[in-house]
Amino acid sequence: MSIFIDKSTRLLVQGITGRDGSFHTKQMIEYGTQVVGGVTPGKGGQKFDDKVPIFNTVAEAVKKTGANATVIYVPPPFAADAMMEAADAGIPFVVCITEGVPVLDMTRVYPYVKERGSRLLGPNCPGLISPGQSKVGIIPGRICTPGNVGLVSRSGTLTYEVVFQMTRAKIGQTTCVGIGGDPINGTNFIDCLDAFEKDPATKAVVMIGEIGGTDEQEAARFVREKMKKPVVGFIAGQTAPPGRRMGHAGAIISGSAGTAAEKMQAFEENGVGVAKRPIDVVDLLKRAMR
Amino acid sequence: MNIHEYQAKDIFRKYGIPIPPGEVATTPEEAEAIARKFGTTVVVKAQVHAGGRGKAGGVKLAKTPEEARNVAAQILKLTIKGLPVKKVLVTPAADIASEAYVGIIVDRASKRPVFMASPAGGIDIEEVAAKTPDKILRHAVDPRYGLQMFEAMQLAFFLYSDMKQVRAAAKIFQQLYKAFFENGGSLAEINPLVTTPAGEIVALDAKMVIDDNELDRRPDIAALRDESAEDQSEVEARKASLTFIKLDGNVGCVVNGAGLAMATMDLVKYYGGEPANFLDIGGSSNPEKVVAALRIITSEPNVKAILFNIFGGITRTDDVANGIVTAIKQNPLKVPLVIRLTGTNEEIALEILKENGLSAMTDMDEAVKKAVALATGGKAK
Repeated sequence: MSIFIDKSTRLLVQGITGRDGSFHTKQMIEYGTQVVGGVTPGKGGQKFDDKVPIFNTVAEAVKKTGANATVIYVPPPFAADAMMEAADAGIPFVVCITEGVPVLDMTRVYPYVKERGSRLLGPNCPGLISPGQSKVGIIPGRICTPGNVGLVSRSGTLTYEVVFQMTRAKIGQTTCVGIGGDPINGTNFIDCLDAFEKDPATKAVVMIGEIGGTDEQEAARFVREKMKKPVVGFIAGQTAPPGRRMGHAGAIISGSAGTAAEKMQAFEENGVGVAKRPIDVVDLLKRAMR
Repeated sequence: MNIHEYQAKDIFRKYGIPIPPGEVATTPEEAEAIARKFGTTVVVKAQVHAGGRGKAGGVKLAKTPEEARNVAAQILKLTIKGLPVKKVLVTPAADIASEAYVGIIVDRASKRPVFMASPAGGIDIEEVAAKTPDKILRHAVDPRYGLQMFEAMQLAFFLYSDMKQVRAAAKIFQQLYKAFFENGGSLAEINPLVTTPAGEIVALDAKMVIDDNELDRRPDIAALRDESAEDQSEVEARKASLTFIKLDGNVGCVVNGAGLAMATMDLVKYYGGEPANFLDIGGSSNPEKVVAALRIITSEPNVKAILFNIFGGITRTDDVANGIVTAIKQNPLKVPLVIRLTGTNEEIALEILKENGLSAMTDMDEAVKKAVALATGGKAK
């Protein structure tokens, strides 16, 4: 088992003919993901790599392929439109890899997608992988291995680092999810923790956070109140300098500076094991799962 | 992107927000001339991308043009939070009966722009927020409709009781929201929004931060960037599409991805070193980025060792290896280099490094320990 994606996932790629889209489509197919179609306006009727049919619109692609997930690699000015198009076509799971989407665009995309009942992951995220089953996005497949630990992270490459260390220590994963680091994103820590708690194959969860905001603190409270499975975590940015902040609004709105120390304390107080170094996640997991 | 107070005021004025006149000076003589033109007591305010200007001595009152010249000379010598003051805003001093705070920010929790208003404006607004949160009214705005009149009125009633003032303030709030939204703001703030003894409401300060992701589609706003007000190595980094923040340590770090970059800095500290910088070469890296990264880091004399930590995903490690080789050929390094590299096209990258007499490690902790030991001339903790 896994969360969000598995062997039955039928994936569309929006922006399949672009530089990043084509490179990663090949990687996903190689990993075993069922890529059933691509979307590039103006290239409908063509085939990607002589195999994957390309459509002009997401609606048409869904109708012809029965896709139930999509991944977006289009450039930032078009990403908001691509997310809304996917949700409007009724795709239940939308993953947006694109980095650099204006946050005010996201304030309008988020309610649009939610009202249509779709789950959005990202933007500015590496996507997710259920090792041995399917990968959607850009997480390198060879660093993962099937197993019983779920992982959720705000970071991209730091996720790879931790997964790599887990795999080296023979701790496999059910699903690794990168939720992305943007201020407004579709799926948050709590959504993933909740899904992992309900997934029978997942026995423990790793949560990788960063400085800024209060998502990790809220997630830690969720762990104490709603979860039975053990959770361990790491926070990046313990040595980050306090920014040359302008204005007061940030601290006023959250009532918190979002420092690493604050987040690690929230982890500790709520029974989430705190790793001092990424490698320490491995020992904490081993102890938690004993 | 930060913009200066005077630039934010120009934007707010275009939206009809009442703001006293003001002019920018870069020399004490210019400040004196402006003060003479206004013919009244003026305030001389440092234009710098840092908070706490007043407490740092960057905002001063001047009763005469000569005094304006003197205080401008003092302020133009200041460095506030590491940034030198290059410009001052000279503006007539206003009589103040009361000070309010209004601001808009994109809120992660509600995923909307949130409008905030407090009758307790001024420099201690953060303390007000912490100690008496009921003195701040927060209102999440539906970005699809904007700030409606009734919403603006609710906020205004929280600050004023005189109906004329309530209506004037509500209009200011709607215009402020428009200025924020139409210019791609991630923050817009007026602190203080003052009431004069005559009962007029005017904005004495203005702050605006623009979402960097908006700049490509707003060239007029992007043109407001003042590079002379930024750290010069950070300017060079931005031109090379790198994210760079200078620190004071001895281990220069080149990493791909912000999370891994922060974790690498944390690990440098854990093993007894001090990171010299935060540097994220980003996703799709080309060799030129790596060349620029090395140039920026090596220009800093504190740096005693350089650490590359690359975990290739979308970043191809062979691109990074090519960049390292090119950079060293152009500019031989004077300090030791430790390379940790794994992921996409790792075999090709290792081959490139080997052909050029370099080597790479695959374990992050080992690489950090080695870099710290080289930088401190001893052993890592």
